[in-house]
Amino acid sequence: MEFLLQPLTLVIFFPLVGVFALLFIPKENKDAMRWTTLIVALITFGISIYVLTMFRAADVNLQLVARYDWIVVGGWNIQYFLGVDGLSILLVLLTTLLTWISILSAWTAVEERVKEFMIFFLLLEVGMNGVFLAQDLFLFYIFWEFTLVPMYFIIGIWGGPRRIYAALKFFLYTMAGSILMLLAILWLGIYGNTFSVPDLIARGGIPANIQMWLFIAFALAFAIKVPMWPLHSWLPDAHVEAPTAGSVILAGVLLKLGTYGFVRFNLPLFPEAAVSAAPWMALLAAIGIIYGAAVSYAQADIKKLVAYSSVSHLGFVMLGVFALNPEGVAGGILQMINHGVSTGALFLLVGMIYEQTHTREFRLYGGLWKITPVFGTIYLITSMSSMGLPGLNGFVGEFTVLLGAWGAGQNGVFYWGGVWLAAISALGVIMAAVYILYMFQRMFMGPLGEIVEEAKKHGRPIRDLNWREIAVIAPLVILMFWIGLYPAPFFNLMAPAVNHLVGMLPLP
Amino acid sequence: MTLSDFTTILPVAILAVWACALLVADLFIPKDRKGVTALLAALGLAISLGYTLSQIGDERLGFSGMVALDGFSIFLNALILVCGLLGVALAYDYLKRMNIERGEYYVLLLFSSIGAMLMAQAADLIIVFLALELLSIPLYVLSAFARSNVSSEEAGLKYFLLGAFSSGFLVYGIALIFGAAHTTNLYAILAAASASTVSPLLAFGAALVLIGFGFKIAAVPFHMWTPDAYQGAPTAVTAFMSSSAKIAGFAALLRVFVTAFSPLAVNMTDVLWGLSALTMVVGNIIAITQTDIKRMLAYSSIAHAGYILMAFVPYGNAAVAPVSVAAGLFYLIVYAVTNFGAWGVVIAVERTEGKGLAISDYSGLAKNHPALAAAMSIFMVSLIGFPPTLGLVGKVYLFRAVIDGGFVVLAVIGVLTSIISAFYYLRVVVNMYMRDGEPAVRREFWLDFTWGALAFLTVFLSLIPQTLFAWASSALMKLF
Repeated sequence: MEFLLQPLTLVIFFPLVGVFALLFIPKENKDAMRWTTLIVALITFGISIYVLTMFRAADVNLQLVARYDWIVVGGWNIQYFLGVDGLSILLVLLTTLLTWISILSAWTAVEERVKEFMIFFLLLEVGMNGVFLAQDLFLFYIFWEFTLVPMYFIIGIWGGPRRIYAALKFFLYTMAGSILMLLAILWLGIYGNTFSVPDLIARGGIPANIQMWLFIAFALAFAIKVPMWPLHSWLPDAHVEAPTAGSVILAGVLLKLGTYGFVRFNLPLFPEAAVSAAPWMALLAAIGIIYGAAVSYAQADIKKLVAYSSVSHLGFVMLGVFALNPEGVAGGILQMINHGVSTGALFLLVGMIYEQTHTREFRLYGGLWKITPVFGTIYLITSMSSMGLPGLNGFVGEFTVLLGAWGAGQNGVFYWGGVWLAAISALGVIMAAVYILYMFQRMFMGPLGEIVEEAKKHGRPIRDLNWREIAVIAPLVILMFWIGLYPAPFFNLMAPAVNHLVGMLPLP
Repeated sequence: MTLSDFTTILPVAILAVWACALLVADLFIPKDRKGVTALLAALGLAISLGYTLSQIGDERLGFSGMVALDGFSIFLNALILVCGLLGVALAYDYLKRMNIERGEYYVLLLFSSIGAMLMAQAADLIIVFLALELLSIPLYVLSAFARSNVSSEEAGLKYFLLGAFSSGFLVYGIALIFGAAHTTNLYAILAAASASTVSPLLAFGAALVLIGFGFKIAAVPFHMWTPDAYQGAPTAVTAFMSSSAKIAGFAALLRVFVTAFSPLAVNMTDVLWGLSALTMVVGNIIAITQTDIKRMLAYSSIAHAGYILMAFVPYGNAAVAPVSVAAGLFYLIVYAVTNFGAWGVVIAVERTEGKGLAISDYSGLAKNHPALAAAMSIFMVSLIGFPPTLGLVGKVYLFRAVIDGGFVVLAVIGVLTSIISAFYYLRVVVNMYMRDGEPAVRREFWLDFTWGALAFLTVFLSLIPQTLFAWASSALMKLF
């Protein structure tokens, strides 16, 4: 039973305590459910902070390892194997942070079937943390697939009018991608007689042609999750239909499962294949950046706009990761965090205004700045962070990624395309400014919009943020400035691990 | 005949005596207290199960090599007896509710279980045939048990006609094999087949045997009877026969092929490959269009026969065969647990006169009956093959065996059809959780207990499958 007390086990499974407690709270007592869930999520966040304090960045090996035999019988060698390193520590913190923020944001938004909502949310946290911490491929796969189930319910039960369609599409799309990965995992398990990722990496020596197939099987699973162009079509539906808290977690964490998968599995397990695929992946990333930005501009629905902007932003992450140099990968990982913070914040803000007006059509708004100055200021900061204004977090991430991509173009990692891939992608930054400023302008500037007038007429004028809402958004705003002004602590956490990872690749 | 012969089939013998005695005893049990018969039937199954488990580790032949006792047969006998117990538990309330409570039900169920167990032990084609008939004839009767209900009678008749037809194939196949090998004993056939070049007569006979079994396990293209029989038969019968008969069919098929026909692997592997792929594809695709839960689950059981058939494909490869047999056995447990659970929920939601059987009748189930809806979701997720349920573990085991044997394309077909299956299984979940409705649900202790326990096991055993893995991988067929 000692494995229960391992810090990483606790980070993953502590939310189950909340699930268990929720089962016994009577249906009517909604506030008790909310508080229970929030407290459990906060404790989980606390445990993850404790993990951070135990974490030594200089060590490139897995830390706080919990490793026990799980299914070692009949030719199987599956282990319960958890570990954290510089590649995953920040993502775990992001997950535990966004979970309690989302729960707080759903305080008044979710009034129906609160118990189930909270249970699914905590189960989702279990799955997400499990994905980031599992170091055994089989264990990883279980967590990976498991995240689909609670998210499916969250979209399908508490979502918008087309929620059933969106939930099913989300489930089938993601499952279709990941199930081929299962076969690849089984192949690796037979090949190495272990599912342990570090052992498989150390063993290496997978023949090049098979490596390419395995790389594709893994990449398909991750690329759908990211989502990379042209596999992104599930994302706008899922985002638009999901309830606010669901959108925040979807954009903030679930998409990162994909990008993280590339970093954790595709690069070190299939290094030769990763090097030969690099320019192709970078090309898809660059197309995604431009395409996502262009389509964003055409949207009338704020959530849809943010969803497509995610395609663009995650293109930067992928571009950085497949630059295969320390700047690119580190920038990519930081950009994952950035995207979680700024897009998460944008979805929260959209949710806050949507709760009052029940429309996400931004052309109906207008002149909000005058009535809701606090909301406006925070929205402005978040928008600026999302479009990469210097001094805020987005800039640091995108700049480092572009630096890495430029380097990759020069030193031959992008053996065709060269620096052009970086150059084209840089256009995405400008395009982001266009669509985001356009949205901001329509919502906050100019004369009072239709919906604003209407709300006033019905005697329920749009109010500014209340204290709970400010508490929800404040940690994210602080992070935007912190990463933007002083990103060194974040880079320091991951730098040794990233250098170690890049050092393993057979670069040209 | 010696005592040792009898102890080889002791659990079967006990159950046979018990069933005959119960048939007489039932006459003296008053009409309104047929629950006693159910209790006695369950007791007989439990005693037989106890003896089965006490046989673990025992390996021998009995009746001059007609029946075998080995890890394989003990494993399957235990599973079949558990299915029998679950069958009794599900029938107990259902029969009362549907006004078809008659004592013969339980007796027939016992006889059918005896046939199923003998199939797992048969080491001679004659015994295979006898056991198959003993398994099937009670099932024909049970299918038509809701007499005067036209669809039940139709189900019984269809099942009987197709069953008789398939027995014809089987007997003809056995005759041809006898012609080629001059014996019906599996071990002797193996010796005859490996001694010389494989005669076309033997191969043809084996193919006919495969067709005969193909009907029993409902593999495409021999599945036509399944949806009608499963839909028309009383649901408790369907639950029992979709598990027990399928397990028995696979048991005999595995033993016959791995033991006697391993020299034929060159010819048979491709056939089995195609049969498995076809069954997965057709079963899953037709299931999409079903609106009736019983038909949907019928096609789902066809599809699952395809998955289990995957375990047969590498059977000729001596290095992989033990793994693949173990995978097949483990999947039979997975299938039995999940399938029984799903049928249990169907029984809970079903009302008299065939109401409550459309998938749309599940709308809103989660609101008033959260536990039942959660259990059904677990079963559906398990049938898709998703964590954290037995379904995933079972499929992973199968896929590994198939990949190990070098049949990657078949594994790819397997996973792709799983995606298709997600579509129709999730539709049930969509109805339960995301649509509104007021389904009337039957709550009764044994019924609740059955689906509750099975839902718990579906999750729990997937987290600690070691014991079952170890048991399945040691449940090998002994070559005497």
